[in-house]
Amino acid sequence: METGFSLGWIDWTTMLIYFVFVLGIGWALKRYMKSSKAFLEAGRSLPAWVTGLAFISANLGALEVIGMAASGAKYGMATVHFYWIGAIPAMIFLAIFMMPFYYGSKARSVPEYLKLRFDEKTRGFNAFAFAIMTIFASGISMYALALLAETILPFHFTANILGYEFGPFDIYLLIGALIVLIYTYLGGLTSAIYNEVLQFFLIFIGFLPLVIIGLINIGGWEGLKENLEVVSVNNGYEPGAWLHTWKFAGDASSNPMGVGWFGILMGLGFVLSFGYWGTNFLVVQRAMAAGSMKAAQKTPLIGAIPKMFLPFLVILPGMIAIALTSNPDSGFALAPKGNSYDYDKVIPMLLGHYYPIGILGLGLTALIASFMSGMAGNVTAFNTVWTYDIYQSYLRPNQSDKHYLKVGQMATIFGVLVSILTAYVAQMFNNVMDFLQLIFAFINAPLFATFLLGMFWKRATGHAAFFGLLSGTFAAAIHHGLTQPFGETMLVKGGWLGTIAHTYPSVMAQNFWTAIYAFTATLIITIVLSLATKQKKSNEELKGLVYSLTPRIKDESKSWYDSPISLAIIVGVIAIVLSLLFW
Amino acid sequence: MGLDIKIPIGLMFTILGLLLTIYGLATISDADLYQKSLGINVNIWVGLLMLVFGIFMLAISKFKKPEK
Repeated sequence: METGFSLGWIDWTTMLIYFVFVLGIGWALKRYMKSSKAFLEAGRSLPAWVTGLAFISANLGALEVIGMAASGAKYGMATVHFYWIGAIPAMIFLAIFMMPFYYGSKARSVPEYLKLRFDEKTRGFNAFAFAIMTIFASGISMYALALLAETILPFHFTANILGYEFGPFDIYLLIGALIVLIYTYLGGLTSAIYNEVLQFFLIFIGFLPLVIIGLINIGGWEGLKENLEVVSVNNGYEPGAWLHTWKFAGDASSNPMGVGWFGILMGLGFVLSFGYWGTNFLVVQRAMAAGSMKAAQKTPLIGAIPKMFLPFLVILPGMIAIALTSNPDSGFALAPKGNSYDYDKVIPMLLGHYYPIGILGLGLTALIASFMSGMAGNVTAFNTVWTYDIYQSYLRPNQSDKHYLKVGQMATIFGVLVSILTAYVAQMFNNVMDFLQLIFAFINAPLFATFLLGMFWKRATGHAAFFGLLSGTFAAAIHHGLTQPFGETMLVKGGWLGTIAHTYPSVMAQNFWTAIYAFTATLIITIVLSLATKQKKSNEELKGLVYSLTPRIKDESKSWYDSPISLAIIVGVIAIVLSLLFW
Repeated sequence: MGLDIKIPIGLMFTILGLLLTIYGLATISDADLYQKSLGINVNIWVGLLMLVFGIFMLAISKFKKPEK
């Protein structure tokens, strides 16, 4: 790894062709970018399969590709909880129950829905929190991209410009940022979505051979099982601990994740996942870009189908890597780090180990593509929230649409610039990734309680929503400050309030419980305050925003297989079958 | 949007597929190169897969002039 991969001309050509197409898509879309709606909302005109693939591809960034492979090695099969229980039910819920209000309300963003349903301050709180969060996420994607490029590309140059030593990291960071900037600036949300679809196929085809060759090498599924049993026993667990999803979830101490079934079901499966998939504008924006209500509803469902099978592409490599490492005859071993392994290097190391010149370029391009899509997704979500929810609402309302289009384009440049700064912040603090996940738990988990009440209880009021959200975030902070994961002493991991009330077996367990407390606090405070305050919105104003006041959408599907409900049932059944198969 | 995304996807995968297949054919007797991938000529296989996918995408896309 230190010396970088040896790449041939064909690998560079593959990368180059990819960049040409990425930029070409932006350039080809430039002529359609004549209004802020076209630029920031993709004109609400895209077909469901496009928005559906973009829906999951926008997520398939550095955190998922690198993080899930790392977790696959660290925790084994249990990592699929992030998919079958931690994503699919939430995606179905979003499609069937939430999308009618998002799409039907004509809100242009998640914060704007909050303004329509509650009030200005609730929107403001969410808009600022989201803008900061999404730029951070974008910066971390860029940081991961530059770091990866620095370790695997075989150039080691430095240039001294104005007294600053520019190394490979800086150059790759700037090149990556520039490419993303160009295609999102030219083609807006449509360009980001189109590229996400392209990237999705590229990631799929680029990683598939890795899994197949890896499986052949370890001796097929049986070979993988045998080796993972050794891994499980070596780590002090039952032989099947790395191979089952639910079997060892009865007791938190008998599975490597350190989380019991209730924590998984409530923390991950309900609060965190519904909070993320249901309220995070990064993903909801993709569904809102669809051409019709039905297409918007189908977006998360179509996305759910490949999402269910992604574990075989991103988690399985991690499991294969740890199995190979435990087998001294395999010729592959993960690099050690401390008294464990450098899990974040699973994918790059496997690529370097198995891919010959030719397909190696494709694998690297797929990796680069995943980081870029993560970045572009965040930038396009940021510029919409900035333009509509911050600039148009608080800075300069009542301007011409041309003006807001310009602001949207400027926000794109601004977003990329701040992301670059964030990438350097990430470089300075090595635990910035933990910090980001923490903020997610602080912001998203309470938000889901607010949405649940807002969409299904017409009595929920604006004041209650705002103070409910604040107390949820507060509750998350207090819980985090009073607890600590086992063996951790860094304050970003918790315990900063001085006294430790409870010690969790793992960071993940602590995260799940932080989310559960935050959600519950928001739920209770919002209900109590709603009953104590007056509903200022009339029933007429809440029409299309609250379940009981909205006329049911007539299902105009021509056949049963065309309707969102049947698609949701199919998706649900496949997820259950998969869970039972790998119980 | 006037641009059908199937066209750029189809074009890109057809080009990359051709490139990789030809490279795989040209290196078919290079056993050293494919030692890494357990002796399998992955370039040909993946190249063909991409080629088929690219052509399929082009076939179902609608070639049409962008709207005014």
